[in-house]
Amino acid sequence: MTALAEFRAVGFAYPASAKYRARPFRLANLSFAIAPGEIVGVIGPNSSGKTTLIRLLTRVLEPGEGEIALEGKRLRDWGRAALARRIAVVPQGVSRDFPFTVEELVLMGRYPHAPGRYFENPADVRAARAAMDATGVLDLAPLALASLGGGETQRAIIARALAQEPRLLVLDEPTAHLDLRYQAETAALLRRLNRQRGLTVLLVSHDLNLAAEVADRLLLLADGRVARLGAPAEVLDEALIASVYGCAVRVDADAGTGPPRVRLLYDRGVAGRV
Amino acid sequence: MSPQGRLALVLGGLAGLLVAVAAAALFLGSAPISPGAVIGAVTGRAAAESVERVVTVSIRLPRIAVAALAGGALAVAGVAFQALTRNPLAEPSVLGISGGAAFGVVIGQSFGLGLTVVEAVGLTGFAFAGALLAAAAVYLIAAVGRAAIQIQTLLLAGVIVGIFFASAITVIISLLDFNRLGGVIHWLLGNLAPIPPGALGLFALLLAAGFGLVLSHARELNLLALGEESAQQLGVNAERLKLMIFTGAALLTASVVAFAGPIGFVGLVVPHTLRMLLGPDNRLLVPTSLVGGAIFLLVADTVARNVVAPAELSVGVITSFCGAPFFVYLLRTRYRGTL
Repeated sequence: MTALAEFRAVGFAYPASAKYRARPFRLANLSFAIAPGEIVGVIGPNSSGKTTLIRLLTRVLEPGEGEIALEGKRLRDWGRAALARRIAVVPQGVSRDFPFTVEELVLMGRYPHAPGRYFENPADVRAARAAMDATGVLDLAPLALASLGGGETQRAIIARALAQEPRLLVLDEPTAHLDLRYQAETAALLRRLNRQRGLTVLLVSHDLNLAAEVADRLLLLADGRVARLGAPAEVLDEALIASVYGCAVRVDADAGTGPPRVRLLYDRGVAGRV
Repeated sequence: MSPQGRLALVLGGLAGLLVAVAAAALFLGSAPISPGAVIGAVTGRAAAESVERVVTVSIRLPRIAVAALAGGALAVAGVAFQALTRNPLAEPSVLGISGGAAFGVVIGQSFGLGLTVVEAVGLTGFAFAGALLAAAAVYLIAAVGRAAIQIQTLLLAGVIVGIFFASAITVIISLLDFNRLGGVIHWLLGNLAPIPPGALGLFALLLAAGFGLVLSHARELNLLALGEESAQQLGVNAERLKLMIFTGAALLTASVVAFAGPIGFVGLVVPHTLRMLLGPDNRLLVPTSLVGGAIFLLVADTVARNVVAPAELSVGVITSFCGAPFFVYLLRTRYRGTL
């Protein structure tokens, strides 16, 4: 089976200007592939390259070395609109400077299907409504985004991405600001989209347990390199996680069948020091 | 209702209002001319050299045209700058762009450029260069040390640049011809005096080009509100879009400054009033702002012409009297959280 998206020895360094980050950061020799229909979880500490990986995959940034291919064709040979019909990104949040409604936001996802059109046509409206229905925000369609709670906003943003009718859905920290109930909801939604529609998912998350719960494979990044790529049980290795994150963890295998669970062992500052 | 339906409804209503306001402006003025005589003059029944005909056809009518064009252009430029900077309080005069363009115009005038068609092209060129200069200065001041420009930093930079160019203009005028300072101050507040037919045609043409650039990218401007990265990921060429919108908005601003002076606040009052009616969709705001801006400036100018008759106020005085409190209102109510 050919890969849907593939990184081949990709290297990237941010320009030398110290404006964006305090210390130089680069991705080096990054190789991995996303197969059609799978869910890949990308995990790793802060500034390990997770966000950069999304930017490279969506051509917001161009790789300095190596190349990225989508459906076997080099990324830079794709037009922006064509790319947006294959890959949809769910960002961490949405700007509230201008009070767009949920429906207006979701309809923006139709742009890549006809960039020259001034208004969306009835087919676009149907696609947007289907997307809102899939994430359960159809009732919220006429409401301003600013009036929604965190979980509802998140589902509206996911609906916008689904309106693009992509093959690959990329999520950037989808549960970063959500409480437990919405974390569970997001996990269920991703699994449903994956199973029912065959949607391929790239899930970037700080939440190791969410990633382990929904992903078929995990990609652990550390300092811009692949620390390990494999099934959750292989990647969530106590020693590996401890060394990459620099803290002690306990990994509990979930009764043999489910995914492993990572538990942070808090340093209570008692045992070692007193 | 669909966006198309809302656009048609509001645009239709505004067009009707514009016709009514323009007609009223034709009948009002410091010269006492009866409504019957105005109708006679416009329909060509009055003698060619009669006072009625000169006042209505040669003075009021062209002035109405300049006011409508300038108002529409400034309102559209306001929408464009707001979308471009993702800052709902941005506007050509608040951003210092009008000030830069005015500086360019004064430099052009110091070389003797006037309002014949060829000279007006040169004058607009100077205004455009001044607008670019101001925009570059505002950007450099506001962008220092940050990845994303903050709303308040941008406004502050705009105000500083505006003050700087206003002072520079005063210096140049004082050096060249101290006696002209009074006239320039009148122009700096906005002067919708009739301009020759050739220049008026050129003015309309420049505005059509700027308006076309903004209108044809109205849908992309909505996506830009999500942030540049998200816009790119939705298929927008963000760099090209920003260049097109900036060029369009700067052309609109520079043309208005060259032909009518740096009139402030139209780009704030009109888009925000329409936003309350239509929401933030730029596809609705851009065309309705064109007509809404025309109405607003026409009303402002008619007031300016009549309120202290037989003298007259600069139209910018009226727009500032409306715009400044409006700005404060927006600051204190809608954008309390962001500032």
